Amino acid sequence: MKADVGAPVSAPAAKPGVGEFLRLPPFGRQFGGAAEYVVIPALALVASLVLFGIFVALFGKNPLDLYFYMYQGAFGTWFSWQNTLTRAAPLILTALCTALPAQLGMVIIGGEGALLIGALCATSAALALQAAPPLVVDVAMALAGMAGGGLWIMLSGALRQYRGVNETISSLLLVYIALAVLNFLVEGPMRDPTSLNKPSTPEIGAANMIGSIPGMDVHWGLAFGIIAAVLSYILIYHTVFGFAARVAGGNLRAAKVVGLNVGKLILIICFLAGAAAGLAGMMEVAAVQGRTNANLAAGYGFAGILVAFLARQNPLAVIPVAVLLGGIGASGGLLQRRLGLPDASVLVLQGMIFVMVLASDSLYGRLSFFKGKS
Amino acid sequence: MTFDKISRRRVLQGTAAVTLGTALPLRAAMAADTTVGFIYVGSRDDYGYNQAHAAGAAALKKMPGIKVVEEEKVPETDAVEKTMESMINLDGATLLFPTSFGYYNPHMLKEAAKFPKLRFEHCGGLWSDKDPKNAGSYFGYIDEAQHVSGIVAGYMSKSGKLGFVAAKPIPQVLRNINAFTLGAKLANPKVTTQVIFTGDWSMPVKEAEATNSLIDQGVDVLTCHVDGPKTVVENAARRGAMVCGYHVNQSVLAPQAYLTGAEWNWEVLYPRFVKMFTSGEAIPNFYRGGLKEELVKVSPYGPMVSEEAKKKADEVKAALTAGSYVIFKGPIADNKGGAAIAAGVSRGQTDPELEKMSYLVEGVIGATS
Repeated sequence: MKADVGAPVSAPAAKPGVGEFLRLPPFGRQFGGAAEYVVIPALALVASLVLFGIFVALFGKNPLDLYFYMYQGAFGTWFSWQNTLTRAAPLILTALCTALPAQLGMVIIGGEGALLIGALCATSAALALQAAPPLVVDVAMALAGMAGGGLWIMLSGALRQYRGVNETISSLLLVYIALAVLNFLVEGPMRDPTSLNKPSTPEIGAANMIGSIPGMDVHWGLAFGIIAAVLSYILIYHTVFGFAARVAGGNLRAAKVVGLNVGKLILIICFLAGAAAGLAGMMEVAAVQGRTNANLAAGYGFAGILVAFLARQNPLAVIPVAVLLGGIGASGGLLQRRLGLPDASVLVLQGMIFVMVLASDSLYGRLSFFKGKS
Repeated sequence: MTFDKISRRRVLQGTAAVTLGTALPLRAAMAADTTVGFIYVGSRDDYGYNQAHAAGAAALKKMPGIKVVEEEKVPETDAVEKTMESMINLDGATLLFPTSFGYYNPHMLKEAAKFPKLRFEHCGGLWSDKDPKNAGSYFGYIDEAQHVSGIVAGYMSKSGKLGFVAAKPIPQVLRNINAFTLGAKLANPKVTTQVIFTGDWSMPVKEAEATNSLIDQGVDVLTCHVDGPKTVVENAARRGAMVCGYHVNQSVLAPQAYLTGAEWNWEVLYPRFVKMFTSGEAIPNFYRGGLKEELVKVSPYGPMVSEEAKKKADEVKAALTAGSYVIFKGPIADNKGGAAIAAGVSRGQTDPELEKMSYLVEGVIGATS
């Protein structure tokens, strides 16, 4: 059925007029005025950096020092680059948890919950397969993590589709349920009795740990994140399925009129979104923590929301934005140490960037500089 | 694609800066003889756990030739590994204090194995022979100070009902609750301590709710074991209850309601460690101590504390400081009617059984699970 409907609908996609008609998000036309989509966010970024410089100057610090240390801490040395990429790795995956459902017009903010459930499922798989060879264990962990996280977000999608529950609220509330489930299992049935003052599950075993990408001190989560982002991009922009999703996101009624099975789209996209966050949770266990405990609730899922919105929900743009936010996180330490700024100053900068990028939305198509190019 | 261009340019900039960075060393920090790094899980002015460590770090800043670098709000993920490496690579730190419990395994142990020539000291962990030799763990027997607090609380409570806002039912917390209650029972054998577990280390809303709910049930002296006692102290004072502090001296938050408190004394320990480090003397891998070793201390008594309470508290404090007093001395019953410690058994502070504590003593109202 999908093939019947998908083929004729996808054919006119090449005509720019159809995009207008279906009110596709602006990045749908990015091949027309590509410069606009780089220059405007870059200007927003520069503006927020200038504002942050003024803010820091009010505290009596030299803004030039600030910019220098930010650059130094985030991108200035090979170590800084690895620091930045390590912090970016989980954000790419958790950002996809928000960016994918956004194609359908859904605002999912529960990536943190999917990450925690994914971590729990992955740990359970590893503990159940202690005798198996490491490769089998790691594949099982990844599948279990993705399935767990996927079903968790699919629950939000199903609640919206079949019960009319707002997916933003339900996915957020499911984060707290996931955290409660995690704490219950880690402090109860799954607790390693020797983890006295830090309740944790037993360790998955050193042999089952996933190491670093060769040549750098960054774990494989970065590579999986980039692969997942590229696959998501292809899925959304270069497949019939992705086109159907964007049609449904642009105009739900039009999508139903042309016969798209919107319910199925919602469930599949939500599953994929949750699977990405679940994979992030699996990587945190398999590459970093080696077990599940409360450390996993470090806010990667929430930071992913910020990344997705800054990337304007484009799966490919998620990668550089995650690297940028990873860099801000990495340089935050140096700002604290060299300039004596509190940690909250990094949050101020993140907030400024967020507001500036969102506010810059209104500039698209209005700057005469880009007129005639599109 | 456009994004490729951006990252390629960034990579090029990065490479250029690597060359620059090697040519012009940017390390002002290297001027000092020894750079010591401190990492906190929360904010360093939280009137609690992190502030106590920051006070210890501040004591080091007064020592000649010592440079201190600090970073706060570092989560217990690979972020703390990168923070340690950043302090090592960019600041030249050679002695590191990652102070939060969750930093120990796997993060600090991983870094200690990676940098075998540097020294890593962790608060609260249990170093064992299998762990790297350049890593160590230290902790204070703060239950001794809690025991003294409990004596004061027991004398001062009119209702005979004490309240304890606690994070999680783990051995360290249970030991504090029990030591506090055993102290209070020296003053008033009928006293009860009602415990509320909030579930995590920093939950200000739940801590405020727990404080209010305890006071509503007739509790008139409160104490706590959470990362930042500010919420409990301020709310208790606002409701007219008395309060014993924890981690640091919170008397400035509630000068009239603050009775006393159990404090860390890292201002004494950290200079001691750094002196050992700079003189080439080995810091013990496993370091523990209480009032006697000056790792913990008791806040000065508040204006409300009666002479009778001060007298008994000072007496026990002196005995603990002399090392002639055992808090966990049988017979001690648990609050389920069983025996926690049998008659004739005396568990001194170094007894490893105490590190596994899983019960609440008689007089405590609450359950561990």
